[in-house]
Amino acid sequence: MLGQLGEAAKFLAGGQSLIPLLKLRFASPEHLVDLNFISGTSFIKEASGSLRLGAMTRHAEIEHSALARKIPLLHDCAAGIADVQVRNRGTIGGSLAEADPSGDWATALIALDTTVHCLGTAGARTIPLKDFVKDAYTTALAHDELVTEVEVKIPAQGSGGAYLAFKRSAPVYPTASAAVQLTLAGDVCQDAAIALGCVGLTAVRATEAETALRGRILNDTTIDAAAEGARAAADPQPDMRGSAEYKRQLVVALVGRAIRIAARRARGEEMEGAHLYA
Amino acid sequence: MPERAFETVTMEKIAVGIKVNGKSYSHQVEPRMLLVEFLREACDLTGTHVGCDTTYCGACTVLMNGLAVKSCTMFAVQADGSEITTVEGLEKDGKLHPIQKAFGDAYGLQCGYCTPGLMLSAHQLLSENPEPSEKEIRKAIAGNTCRCTGYMNIFKAIQLAGRNMTGA
Repeated sequence: MLGQLGEAAKFLAGGQSLIPLLKLRFASPEHLVDLNFISGTSFIKEASGSLRLGAMTRHAEIEHSALARKIPLLHDCAAGIADVQVRNRGTIGGSLAEADPSGDWATALIALDTTVHCLGTAGARTIPLKDFVKDAYTTALAHDELVTEVEVKIPAQGSGGAYLAFKRSAPVYPTASAAVQLTLAGDVCQDAAIALGCVGLTAVRATEAETALRGRILNDTTIDAAAEGARAAADPQPDMRGSAEYKRQLVVALVGRAIRIAARRARGEEMEGAHLYA
Repeated sequence: MPERAFETVTMEKIAVGIKVNGKSYSHQVEPRMLLVEFLREACDLTGTHVGCDTTYCGACTVLMNGLAVKSCTMFAVQADGSEITTVEGLEKDGKLHPIQKAFGDAYGLQCGYCTPGLMLSAHQLLSENPEPSEKEIRKAIAGNTCRCTGYMNIFKAIQLAGRNMTGA
């Protein structure tokens, strides 16, 4: 259908970002194609070591899914997006396809092994998430292509993760966010994936921070050094949420806190993750 | 003659049928009409308020098939075939719903503008969890802004409503 309507048409998923953008006239497509009436696009299932989430799965469905709790970082993200009303409508596929620089899902999911399944008039294809998000509000999707499924590999035993976003209040976009997934062998960090959100045009991996942890024994000194290393990956814009320097400092604090939660979860501790409000 | 600032756009109308508070409403509406406009203007149910119109304040919260949604952030056509509950649907046979009664008894409102939205957010919470803690209430109504009460009496009202609904 979008093939026929051409580039003046846009898909409408949960609408929790797109409808506000339409009201502000930041987007003015001639046609909207509502995906909400297509059945079978909302599901969470486990298959060959991965969780597969239908594109139209609502944040609230992920928040309340026992299966999604297999990846605590996913649960953290879903349970903290905006507020109950937005989570009842907003979808994981819509969030990724919208590619808002302040969106939560892209940040959370690039710290994991995530693949985006897409379908268009040219056929189906899969795109690793790091290649899917190209720029602010820009993805690898063709105009007549949509997301059908998000596939997330379940981290191995001994791995733990956390997602933290700092917000001035529930309904607003975060000022900054951090996702951390650690694999531990005893006290030694074997592998680390650290992602930052809202501090660049897309979610970014903080490679310096990751390097600072890999192969090291986790203690306050190494964790603080890694958190400090995350500063290099942050390129924030000053706005009403804070100055650039404030946001860099915030990133350091969020990464430090997320590493500590991830490490405790990697050791098997049950910990409730929480989004932080000002 | 001043220049016209906006072009008038006429859109083809679409038939929409929504069950609101148990009653069926069918109207021909423009596809761009928001659900809250359908409720207030087409159904003449003005208890649902428009506060910020930017998906922030939650004054427009209604239940769609039992779940709280912001009716300013949905098109009416998207609710076609669904069941909506607005604040007008809480009262039954002239008797206030326990949530309405508790908001009065616990002084959970002042100006009242945010109250319909808060009561419907409370409705979803209490239908899932009749005895919520203050922390759970905070999370459940985080999408509803009140500028008068300071929220403490709203927490008390929701807890009181939960107790009255379970008969505890």
